[in-house]
Amino acid sequence: MGSTACAGGPAIFATIPAMLTCEHIVKRYGAHTALDDVTFTVPAGGIFGLLGPNGAGKTSLIRIITRITAPDAGQVLLEGRAMTADDVVRIGYLPEERGLYKKMKVGEQALYLAQLKGMARAEARKRLKEWFERWEMTAWWNKKVEELSKGMAQKVQFVSTVLHAPRLLILDEPFSGFDPINAELVRQEILRLRQEGTTVMLSTHNMGSVEELCDHIALIDRSRKVLDGRVRDIRRQFATRTYRIEHKGNRVAFANALSYTGELLEHTEGEEYSTARVRLAHDSTVNQVLRQLLPAVEVHGVQEEIPRMNDVFIRAVNANTTVPADMTE
Amino acid sequence: MNKTLLIIRREFITRVRKPSFLIMTILGPLLIAGTMVGLAYLGMQESEDHLVLVVDKPHVVTGKLRDSDKLRFFYSYEELDDPAFKASPYTLMVDVNEAILETNTIQLFYKELPSLNVQRTVQSELERVLEREKLRVNQVDPDTYARIRTALNVQLFDIDKGGERSYEQALAVVGFGFGYIMFFFVFMYAVQVMRGVLEEKSNRIVEVLISSVRPFQLMMGKIIGIALVGLAQFTIWIVLTATLMTVGTAVLMKDRLDPQQVLAEQQVTGELQAELMKEAGASAPDRNDVMEVVRRINIPFVLTMFVFYFLAGYLLYSSLFAAVGSAVDNETDTQQFMFPVTLPLIVGIVIAQMAITNPGSPLVFWGSIIPFTSPVVMMVRVAMGSVLETPWQLVLSMVLLLGTFVLTTWVAARIYRTGILMYGKKPSWREMGRWMFYKG
Repeated sequence: MGSTACAGGPAIFATIPAMLTCEHIVKRYGAHTALDDVTFTVPAGGIFGLLGPNGAGKTSLIRIITRITAPDAGQVLLEGRAMTADDVVRIGYLPEERGLYKKMKVGEQALYLAQLKGMARAEARKRLKEWFERWEMTAWWNKKVEELSKGMAQKVQFVSTVLHAPRLLILDEPFSGFDPINAELVRQEILRLRQEGTTVMLSTHNMGSVEELCDHIALIDRSRKVLDGRVRDIRRQFATRTYRIEHKGNRVAFANALSYTGELLEHTEGEEYSTARVRLAHDSTVNQVLRQLLPAVEVHGVQEEIPRMNDVFIRAVNANTTVPADMTE
Repeated sequence: MNKTLLIIRREFITRVRKPSFLIMTILGPLLIAGTMVGLAYLGMQESEDHLVLVVDKPHVVTGKLRDSDKLRFFYSYEELDDPAFKASPYTLMVDVNEAILETNTIQLFYKELPSLNVQRTVQSELERVLEREKLRVNQVDPDTYARIRTALNVQLFDIDKGGERSYEQALAVVGFGFGYIMFFFVFMYAVQVMRGVLEEKSNRIVEVLISSVRPFQLMMGKIIGIALVGLAQFTIWIVLTATLMTVGTAVLMKDRLDPQQVLAEQQVTGELQAELMKEAGASAPDRNDVMEVVRRINIPFVLTMFVFYFLAGYLLYSSLFAAVGSAVDNETDTQQFMFPVTLPLIVGIVIAQMAITNPGSPLVFWGSIIPFTSPVVMMVRVAMGSVLETPWQLVLSMVLLLGTFVLTTWVAARIYRTGILMYGKKPSWREMGRWMFYKG
């Protein structure tokens, strides 16, 4: 198990070394099974989305990865090696429920948390000063946390999470509680950290940020992993062979031309162009459709409809809730 | 730096820096010493002067009662009626009836209830004068009477101690005092641990912390850090209290404890002076007894044992309190769990109280051996010094206490590490029991 962790993983990850591998993780609390045989790989250097409805088991999984609790079965590999207690210094964790000592001064508190992550005091102080200057927080150093606004405290906590330059950064709903300006600041910071080689694991319900930021995801529902892989591939996997075709022409002409090659789902006539949504018949290709259309209508554009992550999420979870076989369509 | 040390350091420094620590540390001894010195001082003071009108119907006491600082006697042969007494400057009126030598009863009228001290002074003055009168009437020679009169002074001896005089009773009282302070300290600091755990849990910082350190390190760091706060505070208190009480006693009691000066102030006759000296001499053994009790307390031994039992007892209880703090979401919910955890300490106090009257009872023996009560109860036996005759009992008690501390800490740590991550509903005892078997 010390060698390559990717051996058993999906082929698409084969070329990227794994930062984190969860192998057959099981966690039970009494009669309740919080995680049931969860296996997935987080490739190094990217942003990984850990998705799932509330209560699916995400927090339990994160607590196992951060070594807050131990799994009942299975193991966690960090960069190909079984994790040890010392590995916690290579992980940075921002929990969903944020919290700091209210009565403690900001600078002192950040120093304390950094030292608990194994940093030397002097080094921690130096890096904190840099961060505080970059995020214009220097004036807060001697303030107590209770004197700060919620957003300010969140910034302090984010800095504390990343200060020790962790190899793996786990952020649970990192944007909640931030105003749009600070949310953008955090987003830029996440991208910068990825640039510098940090692997980021993002747990969020915000599917917009998943599409925008994540390279890979795993979806957990009811204690089980129901989906994982590259975001691009998953969205494609959930595609319904639906195309948007812009053309100059009316509905009747279009429908006639389309004939048996596809089903016209929707047709809207705009000022200049009309837009048709077409789902291909199961035995036809987009080229066949175009061959049918071209003699009859003037086609201006063709684009496949790739489902939003939001739809993927809902469909995957619903499929898991009803008949698991439906999932692949 | 080691992570546990970092946690200890934070717990210690944040607490010591708090204004409340400074206030408690400085005011504590001031309050204790102030109260003790003040009480002693007040006890010696009469609130106001008393002018006592003695209605001497049989004409036996007139002119014979001795005035004191706060008490002056005036005489009349006829009593005043109520309105006249109210209007008079007298604060007390003593009615000595015709048949006083047979009835031995007087009536004391007052406007405001005089203190027991004043009542006793009036009583003893009258007794002294009436006694003389009876001696005269019955033609008994006062010297003969003085030889006949018998006031027994019972001295206790324990035959196991080579016929030395025994001070067990008094020492037991001192020991109970130590036991009570022990109870107070253990409880106070254990509750601080509970509050600290609860604070981290309700702040939600605990999840950040235990992604860096083991829950056990966090719990022990807090417990040890607060123990150091306790030791620091205790040390400062001992030093300050001792200083203040020495200084305070010296200043306040200077005039009062010097019999020569008291006598000089009273400007009494030679005869009376001699008599007073005799009385002062009679009360002297009491004072010597107190000195003797103090001398008999092996102070280094008692303090060492106090520190040991405080630390071990605190460690035992604070881990349980930490478990309670971890299991609930807010301070109101702690009540239900605190009671059973505190109960053994209270039982300890009750047993220690019994030890005052019966230090040798089996209950006291078992109480001083069983770990949950031993920190409090053993202090009584330690102060009495009797435990040194059976060192094995002391050793057994200490070993059991340490062993139990390890056990409760293990149990508490298992509840703690699950409890700090559980939010929402208040757990039942059964659930807390189940937490112990979750895989950490």
